[in-house]
Amino acid sequence: MFKGVDFFPHGTKIPVMEWRRFCVSISLIATLLAIALLSTKGLNFGIDFKGGSLFEIQTKSGNVDIADLRSRLGELGLGEVQIQGLDEATDALIRVEQQEGGEVAQQAAADKVQDALGEEIEIRRVEVVGPAVSGELQQAGIIAVAVAMIGILLYIWFRFEWQFGIAAILALVHDIVITVGLFSLLGFDFGLSEVAALLTLAGYSINDSVVVFDRIRENLRRYKKLPLADLLNLSINEMLSRTVITSTTTFLAVFALYVFGTEVIRGFSFAMLFGILIGTWSSIFIASPFLLWVGVKRDWSGAVAKSGTAAGRA
Amino acid sequence: MLHFERWKIIAIALVCLAGIIFAMPNLFSKQTVEGWPSWMPHSQLSLGLDLRGGAHLLLSMDTIELEKDWLLTLRGDVRKQLRDAKIGFTGLGIVGNSVQVRIAKPEQTERAYAELKKMIQPLGNVILGSSGEDIEVVQAGPDALTVRPTSQGMRQRLTSAASASVETVRRRVDSLGTTEPTIVRQGEDRILVQVPGFDDTRALKDVIGQTAKLTFHALHPRITGEEAKQTRVPLNYKIYPSDESEGSGDYLLQERPIVSGEDLVDAQPGFDQRTNEPIITFRFNQSGARKFGRFTKDNVGSPFAIVLDNKVLSAPVIREAILGGSGQISGSFTVESANSLAIQLRSGALPTKLTIIEERTVGPSLGADSIEAGEFAVLVGTVAVAGFMIFAYGLFGLFAVIAVLINLTLILAVMTLMGSTLTLPGIAGLVLTVGMAVDANVLIYERIREELRTGKTAISAVEGGFTKAFVTILDSNLTTLIAAIVMFWLGAGPIRGFAVTLSLGIFGTIFTAFTVTRLLAALWIAAQKTRKIPAPI
Repeated sequence: MFKGVDFFPHGTKIPVMEWRRFCVSISLIATLLAIALLSTKGLNFGIDFKGGSLFEIQTKSGNVDIADLRSRLGELGLGEVQIQGLDEATDALIRVEQQEGGEVAQQAAADKVQDALGEEIEIRRVEVVGPAVSGELQQAGIIAVAVAMIGILLYIWFRFEWQFGIAAILALVHDIVITVGLFSLLGFDFGLSEVAALLTLAGYSINDSVVVFDRIRENLRRYKKLPLADLLNLSINEMLSRTVITSTTTFLAVFALYVFGTEVIRGFSFAMLFGILIGTWSSIFIASPFLLWVGVKRDWSGAVAKSGTAAGRA
Repeated sequence: MLHFERWKIIAIALVCLAGIIFAMPNLFSKQTVEGWPSWMPHSQLSLGLDLRGGAHLLLSMDTIELEKDWLLTLRGDVRKQLRDAKIGFTGLGIVGNSVQVRIAKPEQTERAYAELKKMIQPLGNVILGSSGEDIEVVQAGPDALTVRPTSQGMRQRLTSAASASVETVRRRVDSLGTTEPTIVRQGEDRILVQVPGFDDTRALKDVIGQTAKLTFHALHPRITGEEAKQTRVPLNYKIYPSDESEGSGDYLLQERPIVSGEDLVDAQPGFDQRTNEPIITFRFNQSGARKFGRFTKDNVGSPFAIVLDNKVLSAPVIREAILGGSGQISGSFTVESANSLAIQLRSGALPTKLTIIEERTVGPSLGADSIEAGEFAVLVGTVAVAGFMIFAYGLFGLFAVIAVLINLTLILAVMTLMGSTLTLPGIAGLVLTVGMAVDANVLIYERIREELRTGKTAISAVEGGFTKAFVTILDSNLTTLIAAIVMFWLGAGPIRGFAVTLSLGIFGTIFTAFTVTRLLAALWIAAQKTRKIPAPI
């Protein structure tokens, strides 16, 4: 029999609630910065949302001559053409902005680029998204995030109390806004897979909050007289080892994806990596302080039957 | 929580075994699997276009053009109907989405109304029965009548145009000789074309954009195709091969068509009222009707050929002059062949222009790279997480790793059985599942440690850990499931693939944490010889 290394200290007494003003302020500043960035610089939408075309190319011999490509493609008069080298010196991404004149112009532009690239270059991936589809995807993306949030809010409301639901959603909005803000800051492409990352991040961040909430509810039943601030501190500290270990395993897995994944899922895994960090932060420093601020129902003795579980400790 | 009845142990083992058996073919190459005996499962996960390479095109039909075409036809029909009934009219025109006409003598309005009502056709397939009507006739004033397509009628037009387009596109794509292309209608007015293993979108777009030619030709009165081949082809005639290999051979046809497909408005399968044999009814527009009427009047009793893309589809015999612009084709049809020929006739030319609104193509080399990168990421992610879990929880960590591996196996097995497609985002979902699935075990194990610290015995601590963590695990996984379901519901292609693996992973997590891990823990406890069991983690 070999036992594991119980490396994480137990019985920590980190006074989270005493730090809340400081931590919430940091989050608030970060959120405001993100909103400011989003409203001034905006997001660098990928072609999923903006329309346009994208080519992933590989030279058949030698490295990509980006300057040469730029001048060749620049002559085509297709508006903005971005060329970005990839990890392999033989690979590059070409982005051509959405053309005036609808779907047909879009296709014509893609054909021109393919002709201009010539025989020496292999086109490994082509994506052309016209205005109709990009508009729909944009709408679907926004609806998806909104519906997921409402669904989660209702679930938590049903399982806990409205305060918990609002707290979880606040933490979630915080995570999403800051993550999107980071994409704006770094100028990364924001496309469909990044929306998928946001939704996953939503699930993950909520997951973290719910685990802490579960313990808070349990402790509310157990310690009827303990001041709420102390009770929240206790609950967070009790769950700290789990929070850290789970975040570590998820981080490890997503990190593998980030390092070894291809260009297509780079943005996705980046969003998830950051999301894991910020999701952990928000479940501790945003969701729980909010509960302290609005207060929660203290008498949960009736709720044991309602939740119908064995969670209540004697 | 630690007691397992024998049948439960067997059930859990069977589920895991089934998972392994059904997931197994995915580990081997297609050739290897084909060589397996027939009692073993052969289905493998189908890979998405992003992994195997291929072309994806989303085409949009022009619904406005479709409606305009219909209104133009309706206007012609109204003119003909009123002229035939000798009713004078003025101001026949298209206003918005309706055809309006003014009757010259208001006292004839009643009669004109009745005449126009005759144009109404019941909706639905002749074979499947009808429901509703395609157009409505409304009296808009003492001398004004309005003919307007019903929304049902429009929808049916769209459906029939879509199925015709799908059929046309399929025939054209098939001509490229690709394997397993997917061509389906999507939503109201879209057609999705997916051609795995084919990345020459230029050729694909060209072949889809080409106009198929449907023509009606006169046969040479005396010489057959076979004879002409051996002697010589008369002037203005040409040999056309038959579409079917039914031994009907070649036809010698007049090169100039009598009517061409642009004049064909509709073709539907039906039954002959007298003989009750399957037939195809078709309708020409005005100019087509005139040309066809003249020809058939002069050639009753002789055959004519229906030619699609220079191949003779069939050469039915003209039974009577076809003057009204609509007629029927009879032959040795079965219900199915009548139906499919009707679709082919309708689809001879594309009913509306198809516009490419989305294109995603992945070359096979990039696809192969993605598979390799994906496999590697899954491997590294799993090893890293496994190493960490064993470091943190020892033997019980190993139990968690076994549970995660079984979870992955079950996801693959279920996806194989459901016939779902594995995409690159799907692989990302798998990696994420590895990271998040152990959370269930972490919750349980941390709980066990807490119980141990309160001085409980090993057995009751393990028992308590599983029991008390259950609700938390359920709550936390269900919230993630909500996000996954939303992604599946609203997401486009790539997101869906991710949502599928993620949600299957969530079910797998809940299942394995409370069967596999728990069973392993129970077996470990049962295997302890001493009465005083040491703390397990």
